[in-house]
Amino acid sequence: MADAETQREAVLDALDNVAERLAEEKEYLTDLDSAIGDADHGANMERGFGKAADKREEFAEMEPNEVVKNVGTTLISNVGGASGPLYGGSIMFASQELEDGITAETSVAFAEAYLNKVKDRGGAQVGAKTMVDALVPAVHTYKKSVEQDDLPPLEALAKAVDAAERGVAFTVPIKAMKGRASFLDWRSVGHQDPGATSTLFILEELLETAEEYLDGEIDRDARAEDAVGRDE
Amino acid sequence: MKKLINEPGAVVDEMLDGMVAAHPELRRLDGTNVLVRDDAPVEGKVAVVSGGGSGHEPTHAGYLGEGMLDGAAAGEVFTSPTADQLNEMIQATDAGEGVLCVVKNYEGDVMNFDTAAEMAAMEGVEVEQVVVNDDVAVEDSLYTSGRRGVAGTIFVHKCAGAKAAAGGDLGEVTAVAEKVVDNVRTMGMALTSCVTPEKGEPTFDLGEDEIELGIGIHGEPGTERADVMSADEITEHLTENVLDDLELDEGEEVVTMVNGMGGTPLSELYIVNRKLQSILGDRGIETWDAWVGDYMTSLDMMGCSVSVLRVDDELKELLGAPAETPGLTVTE
Repeated sequence: MADAETQREAVLDALDNVAERLAEEKEYLTDLDSAIGDADHGANMERGFGKAADKREEFAEMEPNEVVKNVGTTLISNVGGASGPLYGGSIMFASQELEDGITAETSVAFAEAYLNKVKDRGGAQVGAKTMVDALVPAVHTYKKSVEQDDLPPLEALAKAVDAAERGVAFTVPIKAMKGRASFLDWRSVGHQDPGATSTLFILEELLETAEEYLDGEIDRDARAEDAVGRDE
Repeated sequence: MKKLINEPGAVVDEMLDGMVAAHPELRRLDGTNVLVRDDAPVEGKVAVVSGGGSGHEPTHAGYLGEGMLDGAAAGEVFTSPTADQLNEMIQATDAGEGVLCVVKNYEGDVMNFDTAAEMAAMEGVEVEQVVVNDDVAVEDSLYTSGRRGVAGTIFVHKCAGAKAAAGGDLGEVTAVAEKVVDNVRTMGMALTSCVTPEKGEPTFDLGEDEIELGIGIHGEPGTERADVMSADEITEHLTENVLDDLELDEGEEVVTMVNGMGGTPLSELYIVNRKLQSILGDRGIETWDAWVGDYMTSLDMMGCSVSVLRVDDELKELLGAPAETPGLTVTE
């Protein structure tokens, strides 16, 4: 992607879009979390990303990777609980991959670093009904699309979002093995995981933002057809 | 439920202010819920820090001072401190010799300390971490994967703090902390539930004639709910679970702790200690030192925990070394 200034603008726009989306979805996330958690995910995510978006001016002179890092630290201070380290700590850690700017290559490295940190810190594997269920398919699909299929990053990201969406759907019929929801045991079956859901929202907003900055078009009809298990 | 507070949301903030007012040798880091020794960072010394949810007083800040902790971060009641505050604590206590974080095994605490250690490492601070998991009662619980970290943590603070005060390097201080973790076991019980300031009513229901064995320090469920028993019967149950897990041999030496959960009078804790020592005596285990008191509480919960630490010459020397803190003083 273009020069550092454009990259920074893209990061800031993405931040705004994510913050706005999470504010819109606050109630929905809270409802999901009420069913199997402690009903604070919506408010926590809105507060955390809201605080980060409020720092737009403070971020205005920073390198793109520094902005990403500071978004991470802001989330750490403001999201609270285990989500602070999981979302914020992982963004902060992965921001090291963007030191040479945001390219197709470094974005793959960022995504992988983020995924590995979430898995490492939270100790969850696929199938535990957590954010990992959305992240693994998204990151694997993105990496393969960029590195092996030579797809333009925008198309790769669109595929990743589709994959995440299927991952979120996958969390519904399975039993929680990690986090507070796991204490519900079989009663957790049938509920969609809030962490996987907010992860999908974040990815969807990254895609929205990328569309404004990257060449290429996404065939939305094809995406819709492609998706499985989707509740239209 | 009546509480001696002004408003639930201000409990931690006001408690910390009052604590610093009582102990001028402590200092609060601006804009945080972190207390440090006023003379931090202590030159030439590895820093030992801890932290976790509030409601366990005198844990954690009560063990700040010479021979124990350099920094203590207070989260909201029963809630982990955030990683940025833990990072500030690490930065403020590091004298260039590195920092050991003593963490109790709760998912939120471990994740926030992990993140803080990474943040501090990015700033060039050498950080080690020891996770305490001394509770033999349950493997996984409401807030934990694996065993919970409970009152045995105070022994870790004492030994690691003494090793650091004696000039141990970060590796040595960490090794001592790990040695304590490997050799300490605890089990607790509750006669009543605790009442958190936010909720204002009992966290769990316990009948007039019931007790909860294997209780956690946040009121999380234990191993079984039983009919009320005598102090001797309760002590036997707790001690036997602890000793079986520790696999002590006859002739080995231990330090014991009968810890009050906050709402139990000292007289009752002594009654527990009486039976504890008689059980150890029957098994041919020698008590080198017996601690009795409120070391790690659970707000106003009535109940206690029993901890047993296997000691050798090194740990005895460290436990006996001087310490001067609000919650524990040891003089030579």
